[in-house]
Amino acid sequence: MTLLAFDWAIIIEKLILIAIIVLTTLLITLYTTFGERKVAAILQDRPGPNRAGPFGLFQPLADGLKLIMKEEIIPTSASKWLFILGPGLAMTASLMTSAVIPWGTELHLFGRTIELQIADINIGLLYVFAVVSMGVYGIMIGGWASNNKFSLMSALRAASQAISYEIAMGLALIALLMTTGSLSLKTIVADQVAGNWWNVVYQPLGFLIFFICAMAECNRTPFDLPEAENELNFGYHQEYSSMKLGFYLFAEYVNMIMSSAIMASMYFGGYDLPFFDESTVAPNIAAIIGVGTLLIKIVLFVFLFMWIRWTIPRFRYDQLMNLGWKKMIPLALLNMLITGALILSKL
Amino acid sequence: MQALTNKSIAVNRSPMTIWERLYLINIIKGMVITFSHMFKKQPTVRYPEQKREFSPVFRGLHVLNRDEEGRENCTACGLCAVACPAEAITMEAAERQEGEEHLYREEKYAAKYEINMLRCIFCGLCEEACPKDAIYLSETFATANYTRKGFIYDKNDLLIPNTLTNATALAKAKGVEA
Repeated sequence: MTLLAFDWAIIIEKLILIAIIVLTTLLITLYTTFGERKVAAILQDRPGPNRAGPFGLFQPLADGLKLIMKEEIIPTSASKWLFILGPGLAMTASLMTSAVIPWGTELHLFGRTIELQIADINIGLLYVFAVVSMGVYGIMIGGWASNNKFSLMSALRAASQAISYEIAMGLALIALLMTTGSLSLKTIVADQVAGNWWNVVYQPLGFLIFFICAMAECNRTPFDLPEAENELNFGYHQEYSSMKLGFYLFAEYVNMIMSSAIMASMYFGGYDLPFFDESTVAPNIAAIIGVGTLLIKIVLFVFLFMWIRWTIPRFRYDQLMNLGWKKMIPLALLNMLITGALILSKL
Repeated sequence: MQALTNKSIAVNRSPMTIWERLYLINIIKGMVITFSHMFKKQPTVRYPEQKREFSPVFRGLHVLNRDEEGRENCTACGLCAVACPAEAITMEAAERQEGEEHLYREEKYAAKYEINMLRCIFCGLCEEACPKDAIYLSETFATANYTRKGFIYDKNDLLIPNTLTNATALAKAKGVEA
């Protein structure tokens, strides 16, 4: 029975943590869609949704209910299994990123020390990178399986966009790794909590590149070419209806939250509340403050995403490629060179 | 070519400078503009709760007027129907009987009076044509309806509530109209 000599409590603990994180993420996502509509409205001098419940707070529930109640249509010419797989894959890939994000320090409950991170793997950043690039499969498969010209076109755009911007993203991350010396997100955040400055101070250009690439990876305006309404009829999810469409739309918002969490953790100190010494309060309270701080940072990033979306128009396809290959990649390489030179000069 | 006015500005076709090609500065400028709109006053009228004030000359739904004793003013002369460019008004006249003096002001009255609100163009010519001050355009507008028939308003819909016998309904109607 040596195989079963295992700390079973940790499995339960992790399962509960996963459930909490996934459910919270989905709940926040619901209200991010509401936030998106409100932000758009306020930036355009409109009141936005305000009918369902106080201040329109039940609007996302109504939207969700509407999506579920709609007829589920699978086109006859579509490849059925891939068609169903697409949205599921998009959603799974975007939720999987949450596994390595350190949401806080640690809680002491029932005599146990609970890490507020699902898995502290030593290749955390590589994992994030791998999962993020898997996100494009959902769009690819969905767009291809729809058997529709516009959807296929959009899927191709999504794939080429993701590939182009992942390179710059990776190069920006390499520069960050050179300064932190660790791939584990927990270590990266802990270093920022212990040290004086957040990584964005050491890597401003790297952050900018990463931010732009994250926006491209999330298919957010100005990089929303895959779902360009006016050229491609909503692109890859044109043939989708009901909750399968809902999953695609949701996955975009989950992606946005996850990349905000990653950016907050890597460049903005994660759960670190600035000018506040965590050791002065009880560890449990410090952990809760940390989680709250990270959530606030995520909300700020999400607002930034929305703010940009409702300010600037979409890029043209050639502009997108120009920006990706001729500006982002050389800039990221330059950033790497400067970082390397500075590290060498300090040695 | 010589400019016709001093308002025209020549299009600047010089190549973009490096700062312009970076886009970032212009994007930030744009974001400042959108952010400033967060604090602007919204022109939205939240309709069912708030209603926009109509101008005093607004021409809305018709009402058939009564005199101060609560008698119908209309004598079914048909001038409004003649004046109506959309041919929306139809009526049938009837003679006042003995004992109906408290209902109708003159010897002749409209037994049937219908306005088709789908045809009506709310020009107000009926109001101008009426010699008896019987028809007026109020400040309410035609409400939605499920059938076309529902838009043919008869006397029940048009007649203003009686001042003497149904003062509360009149007050209510006025409150809605205000």
